[in-house]
Amino acid sequence: MTPLLEASPERLLLAVRQLLREKGIAGPDEITERIRVTDEATPERGARIVARAWLDPEFRALLLEDGTRAVESMGIPMRGLPPLGVLENRPGLHHLVVCTLCSCYPRAVLGYPPLWFKSAAYRARAVRDPRGTLAEWGTTLPEGTRIRVVDSTADYRWMVLPLRPPGTEDWDEARLAALVREGDMIGVTVPAAPASLS
Amino acid sequence: MTFAPGSRVRVRDDWPEARGPCHVRTPHYVRGREGRVVRRLGTFPDPSALAFARPAEPLALYHVAFPGEQPWPDGGADEILVEIYEPWLEAP
Repeated sequence: MTPLLEASPERLLLAVRQLLREKGIAGPDEITERIRVTDEATPERGARIVARAWLDPEFRALLLEDGTRAVESMGIPMRGLPPLGVLENRPGLHHLVVCTLCSCYPRAVLGYPPLWFKSAAYRARAVRDPRGTLAEWGTTLPEGTRIRVVDSTADYRWMVLPLRPPGTEDWDEARLAALVREGDMIGVTVPAAPASLS
Repeated sequence: MTFAPGSRVRVRDDWPEARGPCHVRTPHYVRGREGRVVRRLGTFPDPSALAFARPAEPLALYHVAFPGEQPWPDGGADEILVEIYEPWLEAP
């Protein structure tokens, strides 16, 4: 028998798809549909959620209380997916998300996890040396900021609601959303208003 | 045993890996450590049974906060938030 790690990925995929069908778990149409839904999620979706939360206090409260229900109210499909938890950065408190056990990631709202998120180096260091990790990303937090590392170990998927940068007071939702990057919602970076635009 | 938000808890110092094949969602670095329940997250089918296609009973899942310096004194995290299933928790 060929060890799993040495098997051809195409043959493995074919075998898994056949088994899913034979066992009545998922047919080809269902798999195609799920791939379509998964491909549709990108960090731009997460950025829209963040911008909405910055502008709408009621939405923000619901997002922090029940992330799944909040994003469903924006038309984002969550059926059959793990529940979404959102943790809010505040002045003096910063969140950094990691999955030390594997690579759990809020795919429904951010899309596929970036390669670095799945790397052994990030998974080991984020939890053990978050300040060093942030420094390598070029992220500086105000002095005295507490860091809360969120190890995504089980059934929830976690996303960070970053702090709205100063200088964006009169910005609309689209402009705010364009400011938010993937890393801001994991906590490796923080959004900032470009000096020339603020 | 259920735990209210704010309760002090300890993670069982248990190592099922030493007893044979298993699927564990409790990271090594919190076993035997004391933390504080932040929130009850709901109930989910027992992943250690699901992984072996065994009937999985629903387990309560908690968000538990640990002081960062517990696992790594020179660490740098002020707090580490981890999802832990109820059977792994005990009163300290």
